[in-house]
Amino acid sequence: MKIVFKKKRSFRGLSLPENKITAEKSIEDLPVPGEAVIPLQQNIGASCEFMVRRGDMVKTGQKIADSKGYVSAPIHSSISGEVSKIIKMVNPITSNVMDAAVIKSDGEDSRVECDELFNIRESDDFFSLKRIIGSIDKEEVLKKIREAGIVGLGGAAFPTHVKLKPPPEKKIYTIILNGCECEPFITSDHRVMLEKGREVLMGLYIIFKLLSPQNVYIGIEDNKKDAIEHLEKLIVMMNLDDLFKIVSLKSRYPMGAEKTLIKTITGRSVPMGGLPMDVGVIVNNIATAKSIYDAVIEGKPLIERVVTVTGAITNPKNLKVRLGTSIRSLIEKCGGYRSEFNSIIAGGPMMGISFANTDFPVTKGTNCILVKKRRLQDEQNCINCGRCIDACPMDLMPLMYVRNTKKKKFEACKEYYIDNCIECGACSYVCPANIPIVGYIKTCKSELSKK
Amino acid sequence: MEVKNNNILISHAPHIWRGFSTGKIMYMVVFALLFPTAASIYFFGYYAIYLILTSVVTAVLTEFVIKKLRRRRFIMDGSAVITGLLFALTLPPRLPLWMAALGSFFAIAIAKEAFGGLGYNIFNPALAGRAFLTMCFSREMTTWVIPPNFNYDAITGATPLGENFTYQADKISLYKDLFFGNTGGSLGETSAMLILVGALILIAFHVIDWRIPVFYIGVVAFGSFIMGKDVLLQVLAGGLMIGAFFMATDYVTSPVTRRGRIIFGIGLGVLTVLIRNFSNMPEGVSFSILIMNAFAPLIDKYVKLKPFGFYKKRKNA
Repeated sequence: MKIVFKKKRSFRGLSLPENKITAEKSIEDLPVPGEAVIPLQQNIGASCEFMVRRGDMVKTGQKIADSKGYVSAPIHSSISGEVSKIIKMVNPITSNVMDAAVIKSDGEDSRVECDELFNIRESDDFFSLKRIIGSIDKEEVLKKIREAGIVGLGGAAFPTHVKLKPPPEKKIYTIILNGCECEPFITSDHRVMLEKGREVLMGLYIIFKLLSPQNVYIGIEDNKKDAIEHLEKLIVMMNLDDLFKIVSLKSRYPMGAEKTLIKTITGRSVPMGGLPMDVGVIVNNIATAKSIYDAVIEGKPLIERVVTVTGAITNPKNLKVRLGTSIRSLIEKCGGYRSEFNSIIAGGPMMGISFANTDFPVTKGTNCILVKKRRLQDEQNCINCGRCIDACPMDLMPLMYVRNTKKKKFEACKEYYIDNCIECGACSYVCPANIPIVGYIKTCKSELSKK
Repeated sequence: MEVKNNNILISHAPHIWRGFSTGKIMYMVVFALLFPTAASIYFFGYYAIYLILTSVVTAVLTEFVIKKLRRRRFIMDGSAVITGLLFALTLPPRLPLWMAALGSFFAIAIAKEAFGGLGYNIFNPALAGRAFLTMCFSREMTTWVIPPNFNYDAITGATPLGENFTYQADKISLYKDLFFGNTGGSLGETSAMLILVGALILIAFHVIDWRIPVFYIGVVAFGSFIMGKDVLLQVLAGGLMIGAFFMATDYVTSPVTRRGRIIFGIGLGVLTVLIRNFSNMPEGVSFSILIMNAFAPLIDKYVKLKPFGFYKKRKNA
């Protein structure tokens, strides 16, 4: 049966220099850090509260924070040791001050014992694994996913168990596994697909069993041919070829954005202000599927993830690190800086957040650490060229946001549907006048939300 | 938006930039304009060089002085060079140099900088300068010469669109002369071929949008056909080619959306046909563009894009 399909792009967007220099580097383990800093806000939705106090001893995988809110995910200790202090730190995304626990390692890395583990070592063949997955109760699976603290690992960090339990009136027809990784430099999902393809597919199978949709697609950009071939082989081997289809997508930014991906694969547009489930689609990230497998089958909570360390680094690498590890130790592991740099970015170059130093921890949403030198350019006058309009995947008019925000007419931006902006950065990238359009949009959005 | 902190930049995403800057765009346009410029020098002799240099140097100097007076930073982004060059290409081949300098000064000082500089001007500066000269020195601005081929003592003669224009040979050689440029007219407008070469380069590199010139020229051709005029003559003669490809496509004074640009091009075509056929002027390209420039902000106000996922909302509402 045919597994790989090709799809053309369905939105404007742009083609970027890929710079995926770590694509060939296999994932390396970073040793358990001596200290882990675990912030409280790691997901969209309600933020957690600590269940431990200063001086408590915690084990690896122990839940240290939880929230009663539905749209939230608990947070686990990624190492074993003592909670040495609770500090305040600034949430880089929202600029709020949040608490963070500092855990000093005791060097033992003793894990919390997990109950009801499936003995997968004995039943290593896929068919018994499939049977096991089929036999688990759905509510049980969702509970496990929540307890493992799984959030969308593509960057948005939306709690996965909420996503996987759509309201009953929304029928889900299609599940898309997002393996696009359309941002330059990042290769963590690519490596996970190549090295943990089996786990990823089993995670997807769990999602499939939860929602029983008609179609399951794995969307992968065609610059990752090896990943497409590898997953194709695995799908055949696991006898899933009547369920899963791989869609080979044109490499175009922002293909990996939820809305553009859905439009390209299914042809349906998510309505403005709506969610993918409004058109019967749920999109999950590769790394999320893998951690669903870890949580449901192996009983492991989300305490580690793969991070690409790249840019002006001596040995760019894909590292598997514990959450809470300081970025500094990641960069040290990769041999330090290769050349001059002036920006440290968590995430990709198009949507990542820049930091002033390397004293920030890896969180659930960190998929890449990019160190690079940026040319300083002054902002010039808008010359009305319309390149931002041509690049916008959401068909917006970004220059209008700049104009109106400069005049402090924030309400006027609403007429141009500013809420529909996904802040992908395509407009700023192409702007000949080097206007930080996304910066203006963020300013405008935060002014609008104040009212 | 960038804060310096221990040499580490804190800035908004994205952290990469295509680097296709305003300056690069402007110099690409200058490069494309070199083709019609070469034609003007070839057909109208050395005096064309003096005229072009005068107006380019005046434009850049004016911009420099005004930026200093306004205490703004002077950026050599090439926009003043374009204005000076385009302005020179719209001039009659034997205009006195001081008039060219005056017009160029007007273009930069009044039409561009008085409105706030690059990006804020309502009217195309080069055409505003030309309109100013047409008002002040209407006799000199309508004195045309037959291309003398390096012969300074040129004979005056009418342009192909003028009422008393007569052509001795057959129509085919008239079109040939119009296409290659061996005809009377402003400095840069005579050779349709070299204008097309420059314009195709710009379109190939996505510097200008093809919609404005294609719709503009298309509507002029259609309108001339309806009016019973010689379509090829109307398209190839006069300032239509250089106006449609190099002046109407000026980013600042044209609409931003693709649909808006189509409307803009159609409006230009209609106005040009009306002026050419019903006014007492033989040529209407420059005034059509100036009039449509005034409408560009209005078009931008009413032509809005439907964003991604828009149709659903309307269905539900």
